[in-house]
Amino acid sequence: MLTRALGRTPHHVLAGGLAVVFLFPLLWNAWASVSAQPGTAQESGHGLGNYRTLLEYDAGLWRYLLNSTVVSALTVALTVSVSLLGGYAFARFTFPGKNLLFLLTLAILMVPYATLLIPLYVLLGRLHLQNSLIGLSLVLAMFQLPFATFMMRISFEAVPRELEESALVDGCGTAGALRRVLLPAVRPGLITVGLFAFLAAWNDFIAPLILISDSAKAPLPLAVATLRQQSMGAVDYGATEAGVVVLAVPCLLVFLLLQRHYVRGFMSGALKG
Amino acid sequence: MRVSRTIQGLGYAAPTALFVTVFFLLPLLLVGQMSLSDWPLLAGDRGTNAPENYTDVTASTLFWPAVRFTLLYTALVTVVLLGLALLLALLVQESRPGAGFYRTVYFLPGALGLASASLLFWGLYSPTTGPLSRLPQHLGLADDPVSFLGTPTSALLSTVFLVVWKFAGFYMLILLVGLQRIPHEVYEAARMDGASRAQTFRSITLPLLRPSLALSLLLCVTGSLLAFDQFFVLTKGGPDNSTVTVVQLIYREAFQRMDLGTAAALSIVVLGALLLLNALQFRGLRHADES
Repeated sequence: MLTRALGRTPHHVLAGGLAVVFLFPLLWNAWASVSAQPGTAQESGHGLGNYRTLLEYDAGLWRYLLNSTVVSALTVALTVSVSLLGGYAFARFTFPGKNLLFLLTLAILMVPYATLLIPLYVLLGRLHLQNSLIGLSLVLAMFQLPFATFMMRISFEAVPRELEESALVDGCGTAGALRRVLLPAVRPGLITVGLFAFLAAWNDFIAPLILISDSAKAPLPLAVATLRQQSMGAVDYGATEAGVVVLAVPCLLVFLLLQRHYVRGFMSGALKG
Repeated sequence: MRVSRTIQGLGYAAPTALFVTVFFLLPLLLVGQMSLSDWPLLAGDRGTNAPENYTDVTASTLFWPAVRFTLLYTALVTVVLLGLALLLALLVQESRPGAGFYRTVYFLPGALGLASASLLFWGLYSPTTGPLSRLPQHLGLADDPVSFLGTPTSALLSTVFLVVWKFAGFYMLILLVGLQRIPHEVYEAARMDGASRAQTFRSITLPLLRPSLALSLLLCVTGSLLAFDQFFVLTKGGPDNSTVTVVQLIYREAFQRMDLGTAAALSIVVLGALLLLNALQFRGLRHADES
């Protein structure tokens, strides 16, 4: 027993030491956000002073949280519905241009983000979607499509054809078969797609930086980054730390709850990629 | 009358087609046109001026330093990140007690956004409130507080550390999937033949892991060449423009120098370079597979 325990010690020392390095920044930030620091709203003792700064900053924390929630919800809804229908089409139907469209969808991955954002800035202006959370969500959903469409296509391909055919024989149209029979079968894939879309939309920085110029419409990451830059000279580290906590908590919670679905995204990529 | 399956298929694919056309193909054509036009941010299209935007790109004094810096950063991040990710994957691959816990902990920073992580490290590295800058002083290793973002080299290394912290778990997952697809029998056979752990790693694990390593390499190189958030937030390109990446240059041309034409030309140059690099990488990998 003792020798075996000793044999495992180096492994635990190494793995545990690394775990400390990975956890330390997160824990330090959470602790610092409620601790006393000069030049912040929390000058002494522990408390929520920095969070109060955040609540009162410019358009207010609630406004930025609302912006981020709207963008994330719209992006997830768009990504999930477009890739559900698209995945169904690519997996179960033949139509002219099918392979071309699938390749073009995947080609979005090959083009740098910035290369597309410059013309999208002009294009959204022409569509009267500049400076709009809807325009931003449409762009973010487009960037999600390669992964989402691929994921949904293989999810549909994994469902036995007989399942769908029996529904069609029973008099369902393809829409009925999709809703009643296929939707429950591809639900895990949809959750994975939705999870990736949420994390991307909630955290995205460069797209809102370029596409949103009205500070009242900024999503949270952009608002926290500007909050830090505006206070010239005297930098409010405390409010920034509080902002990072507000940004991180939803992501960490969602990830911990849906970890299994997240890992599936990697499995599919590695199997087919 | 029942609608034919072809028409139905087209119907289901229509939203995807609409998205790809309006938000991908159209912008791609537009950026080409913009790169050939005099296009100030506020005034809009003022007609063709080709190839002025392209000559402006290479004439900018920041261009070649930005290219050099981006390549240096990419090389550094790729080596450190993939090396650490492989170590992490090996540490958590077996069903040892605690493997699941370690896996979650290593991945946790990956759930954060890159901008959030950069803001976090901006505080962590701060010379006034950060806990790290005085640590070497307290340990007697240095005379003054360390300035993590103060010199070009320290700013680069500090950013690499942040990026490795944020993404190591992500690449660990990719490599873990690859490790788990190596059949157990292969390891058994090696053990029977009396192979040492180092030999097993070199002649079994590494070669069989190549598809996952190749995927990681492709993603890591592409992602690093397009680095923006971490430098925009953490170093703001400083000190003395020493950490300006190519994508940051696109942003500066467009929204600080207000010249969308030159920004578009630079975007096209980056797109071309990336396509060329990916083609080379694919060829290199296929070549390696055949040999």
